[in-house]
Amino acid sequence: MKFLLIEDNDELANAICARMQFDGHVIDHASRIQDAFAYEETGEYDLILLDIMLPDGDGRTFLKRHRAGNKDTPVIVLTARSQVSDRISMLDLGADDYVTKPFDHEELQARCRAVLRRKAGAAQTTTRLGNVAFDPVAGSLTIDGQVISLRNRELRLLELLINAPGQIFPKHKLFDRLFSYDEDVSENAIEVYIGRLRKHLEPSDLRITTLRGLGYRLDHG
Amino acid sequence: MAEVSHEPVNVAGSLRYRLTLTLIGGAAALAILLFVVVRGYATQIAQQGQDSILKASVTSILDAAILRDGVVEVDFPYAALLMLSTDSDDRVFYAIYQDETLLSGYGALPRATTGASGGAAHRTARFDDATIRMATASRTLVGADTRTVITVAVAQTQDAMQVTLARISRNVGLYGLVFFLLSVLLSFWATTTTIRPLQRLTDSITRRGPKDLSPVASPVPVEMASLVASLNRFMARLDTSLRQSEDFIAEAAHRVRTPLATVRSHAEATLQRVDRDENRQALRSMIRAIDESSRAAGQLLDHAMITFRADHLERSEVDLVDLLRDLVLRFAPVAEMKDIELDIDGDARVVVAGDSILLQNGIRNLLDNALKYSPVESRIAIRVTSAPAPTIEIRDQGPGFPKNNMDALIARFSRGDNAKGIIGSGLGLTIANDVALVHGGKLTLSNHPGGGACVIFSL
Repeated sequence: MKFLLIEDNDELANAICARMQFDGHVIDHASRIQDAFAYEETGEYDLILLDIMLPDGDGRTFLKRHRAGNKDTPVIVLTARSQVSDRISMLDLGADDYVTKPFDHEELQARCRAVLRRKAGAAQTTTRLGNVAFDPVAGSLTIDGQVISLRNRELRLLELLINAPGQIFPKHKLFDRLFSYDEDVSENAIEVYIGRLRKHLEPSDLRITTLRGLGYRLDHG
Repeated sequence: MAEVSHEPVNVAGSLRYRLTLTLIGGAAALAILLFVVVRGYATQIAQQGQDSILKASVTSILDAAILRDGVVEVDFPYAALLMLSTDSDDRVFYAIYQDETLLSGYGALPRATTGASGGAAHRTARFDDATIRMATASRTLVGADTRTVITVAVAQTQDAMQVTLARISRNVGLYGLVFFLLSVLLSFWATTTTIRPLQRLTDSITRRGPKDLSPVASPVPVEMASLVASLNRFMARLDTSLRQSEDFIAEAAHRVRTPLATVRSHAEATLQRVDRDENRQALRSMIRAIDESSRAAGQLLDHAMITFRADHLERSEVDLVDLLRDLVLRFAPVAEMKDIELDIDGDARVVVAGDSILLQNGIRNLLDNALKYSPVESRIAIRVTSAPAPTIEIRDQGPGFPKNNMDALIARFSRGDNAKGIIGSGLGLTIANDVALVHGGKLTLSNHPGGGACVIFSL
């Protein structure tokens, strides 16, 4: 997916960009509203992440102009304020959702997926591999035209694996992505989800291989 | 409608009563004074009328007296008595003296010293069990070789005059009463008109929304100008300091949260690259600490906002079902991450009069709690009902509340014993409870027999 991040704090922007790229997304960064409009002119984005306090104006100004320009790219606001009324005014102005800083990256991803799902057909996100078609936004797994419903964690696990087939994922890396930081579970809990995913993928020509002491790998064929 | 909590006000007296009583008292005193003065004046005029008739009578008798050959002759003119006849059949007495001897009439009639010759002396006296008014005058008759003084006194009872005076008194009394009653009405009217600008000022301030601290613009009488000017100055100061503290809170939140967000994002990104277990543990606890502090900051600000707003509830019609649907939509992505189902059932519409921002905040904290403590792949059941009272029941499938000291959980900064490992500042239940309380409701905690915590938020 292609993101536009509008954020004046470079440190934070770098961290967000690094993380997004790590997940295989394309992300452009604008630190001022003027730059943001320039980026928007030249590129097509699936989603815009917008900070509210910017050096050359309020993020709300951007929202207003963005909506007035009949652009339907969804916008998720990154706000550092916690006033409820502030959040409401943001949604009124046409933001599709918001996250409060500091945010959990997995939550931001989940919100992005939810927003994109609401704007059905906005982004083409289906990945095809062998007889498997997988759309992480819609949350649908299709094997030979047969739709299989996945739970959220199975879905996120598959999304990680399918984006890099043949790559070895250490157990802890998968664990970090699936479990929130306040969950008090051992890393072995990941095995449950690997097991479930294996079962779902049985009719397909994809296999999840366990590499003892190293992690897991998605193999094709 | 804004509900204002009343601080006790030190009340001493009432302007309205004081003004009304002063005006009515003044009117009563004036009415009595009017009565006394008019009656006195009427008495004086009636007396003067009687006196002049008496004087005329005396004069005509004196004029009829002549001295013939040293003997006094009085050809008594009947007109002199006739002119004294009245409707009330007043009795008339007379006495004629030559020097000191009685020539004719009632010798028992009290004598009066006569004034200068030609003038008549008037006096009031008691005679024959009646009050009489008498006129006495003298005349010196001069003969060939004699001089003698004739003194004539004519007296009349005062029945007719009393009747007249009684009639006048009655009329004056009546006028006085009417005057008094009119004054009472006038004083009520005057009081109301005088108080009205005060009332208007009070109304315009009471009707204001909690955030309206603009100066009073409507015209006020000159006597109230300095009061209103002070009030305006005071409100301007309050407005400035409120705006400053709101800006300050927003700015502080921004300044604190942005670096926290940077640190968290870096920590998360680093975690992806680090393999050694102790480094990973350190990074995870770092992220937990960041989440905890940002959550605590958020809840503290929320709590401050609730405390501030509690004094100035902005009530409007709020549909709790709508409100919960919005919240569920908002929480859905987070719930999805743990595969938690959020279900709403109950009535189709539950409308309450409340502060939508506060209600949303309170209920959001309850849902946040439920999500935090719910296990993976579980269900949170939300039930909104309107009878007997508007109620929201939130039931999760988590570990439930600790059996003992369940009520203490609502107290500020208290967390359950089984909150181990779960991020929270312990203000969530306090916030929800405070919101319920300011709306006249309450928060009830229980554990469902089938397991899981059950929170009932009723208004």
